[in-house]
Amino acid sequence: MTITINGKKTVLPENEGRTIHSLLEELDVSQRLYVTVELNGEIQERDAFETTPVAPGDAVEFLHFMGGGC
Amino acid sequence: MALTDSQIERYSRHIILKEVGGKGQQKLLNSKVLIIGAGGLGAPIALYLAAAGIGTIGIADADSVDLSNLQRQVIHFTPDIGKPKVISAKEKIQAINPDVQVRTYQQWVSAANIMELISQYDFVVDGTDNFAAKFLINDACVLAGKPYSHGGILQFVGQTITVLPGESTCYRCIFPTPPPKDAIPTCSQAGVIGVLPGVIGSIQATEAIKFLLGKGKLLAGRMLTYDALEMKFRDVTINRNPNCPICGENPTITQVRDELELLTVCDLEKP
Repeated sequence: MTITINGKKTVLPENEGRTIHSLLEELDVSQRLYVTVELNGEIQERDAFETTPVAPGDAVEFLHFMGGGC
Repeated sequence: MALTDSQIERYSRHIILKEVGGKGQQKLLNSKVLIIGAGGLGAPIALYLAAAGIGTIGIADADSVDLSNLQRQVIHFTPDIGKPKVISAKEKIQAINPDVQVRTYQQWVSAANIMELISQYDFVVDGTDNFAAKFLINDACVLAGKPYSHGGILQFVGQTITVLPGESTCYRCIFPTPPPKDAIPTCSQAGVIGVLPGVIGSIQATEAIKFLLGKGKLLAGRMLTYDALEMKFRDVTINRNPNCPICGENPTITQVRDELELLTVCDLEKP
């Protein structure tokens, strides 16, 4: 299946049970415990990451903390 | 108050822009911008806003110039080592442009002082280096209805968004709560390429100027991310979050508070 990750079309193995939680693990996303996830333009609640499905054609954005200014 | 001959010459490249003109330049000269943090981001922000003729620039930072700052904090020079950053910054601003009134605040922003501080300005620019300050600035600006620019940098990547409270996405819409202390490395731990704050800070200064002029399309409701290694900019649309703890439908934050346990300072350990 193909999903768009941070603006880039990405082919992933077929997996009907893919959730935001499993996608974060699968891609080994940095700041995984804190990263904000936007799915099709809406920010997702962290509490629901394990139950929110990611389907073919979805657009996912990972938004990372950057604390510097230094 | 009309522009003097010398001001017409100084700002001539602004004045010939139809989006600025003499009127726009007057607006800038009558504007007040507060820069919080006189470090990597604060340096280009202060230099460009000074050159642009922002009439009043406030700078808040309790820190002093350190040798390790000079790789990126271009407003501070080698002879400034040991000098309070706000004083060093004030000297450069006044050397660039004597039209600018500079107000210095040699202190960290806190829940105790931030509301009074921002109330005196038209626009606020976040150039801080820690999450305690970034969340405090967001909360204060949202509660006060004060537009501001957020900037964040780390290693080779940066992000910036302009917040128009009550109208556009705020920092807590994206990040409802700060990360735990030490979960995200700071620049002093992880490094930062010296030119990165120049890119992000210059964009923040551009946003301040556009806001004051009332021209163009602000970086509101979308976060710009920049990756210097890939040399890519991305513009990610981010809608307001109805569950945002400060500007959502049922806000739980109704006053500013210090996230003291989060306070880390990039180059100096707090005593």
